[in-house]
Amino acid sequence: MSTTTQKMLPLEPPSVGGSLFASSNMLSLRAMRAIRRVPATFIPTLAMPIFQAVAFAGTYFAITKIPGFPTDRSINWFLSLSGCMGGAFSGLGLGFSAIQDIENGFMDRLRMAPTPRAALLLGPLLSSLVRTFVVVTTVLGFGYLFGARPTQGILGILMFYVAAFGLAIVATGWGLGLAYRFRDMRGAALMQLTLFLVLFTSSAQAPMSMMQGWLLHIARVNPATNILRLSRQGFLNPPVGGVSWENTWGGLLAIVVLGTLSMWFAYTGLRKLDE
Amino acid sequence: MSTAVLSAATRHTTRDSLRQTLALSKRSTWAILRQPALVFPSLVFPLFFAALGASSFGRAVGKLDGLKDVSSFLEFSLASTLAQGVLFGSTTGGTALATDIENGFMDRLLASPSTRVGILVGRLAGGSVFGALQSIFFIVALYPFGVRIQSGIIGAFIMVLSGALIAMSIGGFMTAMALKTGSSEAVQGAFPLVFISLFFSSAFFPRESMTGAFKAIADYNPLSYLVEGLRVLTLNGLTSQAIAQVLIIPIAIGVGSVALSLRQLSKRLAQQ
Repeated sequence: MSTTTQKMLPLEPPSVGGSLFASSNMLSLRAMRAIRRVPATFIPTLAMPIFQAVAFAGTYFAITKIPGFPTDRSINWFLSLSGCMGGAFSGLGLGFSAIQDIENGFMDRLRMAPTPRAALLLGPLLSSLVRTFVVVTTVLGFGYLFGARPTQGILGILMFYVAAFGLAIVATGWGLGLAYRFRDMRGAALMQLTLFLVLFTSSAQAPMSMMQGWLLHIARVNPATNILRLSRQGFLNPPVGGVSWENTWGGLLAIVVLGTLSMWFAYTGLRKLDE
Repeated sequence: MSTAVLSAATRHTTRDSLRQTLALSKRSTWAILRQPALVFPSLVFPLFFAALGASSFGRAVGKLDGLKDVSSFLEFSLASTLAQGVLFGSTTGGTALATDIENGFMDRLLASPSTRVGILVGRLAGGSVFGALQSIFFIVALYPFGVRIQSGIIGAFIMVLSGALIAMSIGGFMTAMALKTGSSEAVQGAFPLVFISLFFSSAFFPRESMTGAFKAIADYNPLSYLVEGLRVLTLNGLTSQAIAQVLIIPIAIGVGSVALSLRQLSKRLAQQ
C-alpha cells in the first residue's frame, strides 16, 4: 500500500527546470481541453473579432473614400483591430479561467502542489498563445473571404501575428494579475473594460491623420496605437503602410514593456494570493 | 339588480387591476434604477461611442454621401446613441424578471390574487420609463457639446416617447426570453443579437455610404428606418414621415414582442 502511494506521490519533488516545463505544459493542455469541454467559454473569443471585422468594415466602408486614407479596402483597415482584439481576449480568457479556479478551490490545490510558482503563469501564457494562433488564423481566413488582401506578402502577415501574440501576452498578465487580486467576477468586468478602453482610444477606428479633438491626444500616447501600426503595416499602402523598421519598433517596444509589466503584475498577484 | 352588481364588481376589478399594474410598474422601475451596475453601462457606453465616433469620423462630415448636409458628427450620432442606449437598457428589465423567476418572487406573484397581465405590463412599463429617462439623459448630456434638436421641444418629446416605445418593444422580446428560460444568464446571452442587429443597420453611418450585401441587410433592417427617423428629427426638423418612423416601427415591433411574451406567460402558467 505504502509502496503504491509512494509511486503515485513521489516525496522528492522533481528537478525545478524539468518540473517548470512539464507543469506549464500540463496546465496549458488543461486550458486547451477546457475549450473542447466548455466551448461556450471560447466561442465569444472567436466570434467577436470576426463579427467586429465584418461589421466595422461594412458600416464604415465609406471612410476609405476620404483622401489620404491608407487603403481602399475597409476590411484591410479593421482586420488588424480584430486580430489584436482576438489576441487580447484570448489572453483575458485565461484570467476568467483563473477566477473560476479560485472560486471552485482548484487554485488552492494547484498552489499546494509541488510545482514551481512560475508554472502557474507560464502554463496559461502558453495556452493563450495557442488560442491566439487559432483565433488570428480564423480571423485572417474570414478577412480574406470578405475581401482583405495583404499588400506586403508573408512578412506583413507575420507582423499581424506578432502584434496579436504580443497583446495576448499583455492581456494574459493583466487578466491573471486582476484575477489573483480580486478573486471573483468583479475582476472579469475590469479586465474587459480596461482592455476595451485602451484599444478603442487608439487608432483602432481611424488613422491619426483623420482624428480630431480629445481622441487624437490620447491615441498619440496610447501604446496600443503602436501595436496596431505594427499589425497593420502588411495590409496598408505605403507610405503609411509597408513593412519597415519605422512601423515595427514602436509596437515591439510597447509589447516588451507592457508584456513585462503585466507579467510582473500577475507574478505579484500570485504572491499576494499565497500570502 | 344582478347586472348592476356584476357591473360594480367589474368596475372594482378593473380598478384593482390598474392599481396592481401601477404598483408593479413602480416596483420594476425602481428595481432597474436600484442596480447601478446595470444602469451605468447603458448610459456611459453609448456616450463613449458617440464621443469616439465624433473624434474618429469628424472629418468625414461634409465629404461623404449622407454626411454632406450634416454640421457635426456628434449631432449625427445622437439618434444612434439614443437607440443604442435604450436597446442596451432593454435587456435590464428582462434580466430582472428572470432573476425574479430564479429567486422565486415570480411564483409568489403568481400565487397572489394579482392580475396576470399586470405582472407583464408592469415589467414592460418599468422598462419604458427607464427608456424615456435614458433618452432625456442623452439629449441633455450632449447639449453642452453643441447637439441641438432641430425639431424643437415637440421633436425632443417625440424622441423621448420613441425611446420609451423602443424599450417596451425590445423589452417584450427579453421578457419572453426570461419567461421561456427562467434564466438571467440566457437573457443576457441574447444581448449580442440586439447588438448585431443594431450594427447591421444605418445606426452608426449613413446608408447612402454603404455598398453590397451590407447595404442590402441595412435596407431590410427596420432599425435603420427607426434610427433615420430619429436622425431627421435631430438634423432636419419635424416631418410627418419621421414621426411615423420613430413611433410606428417600435409599436409594430412591440405588438409582436408583447404577444410573444403573453404567450410565454400563458405557457408558464399552464406548466404550474
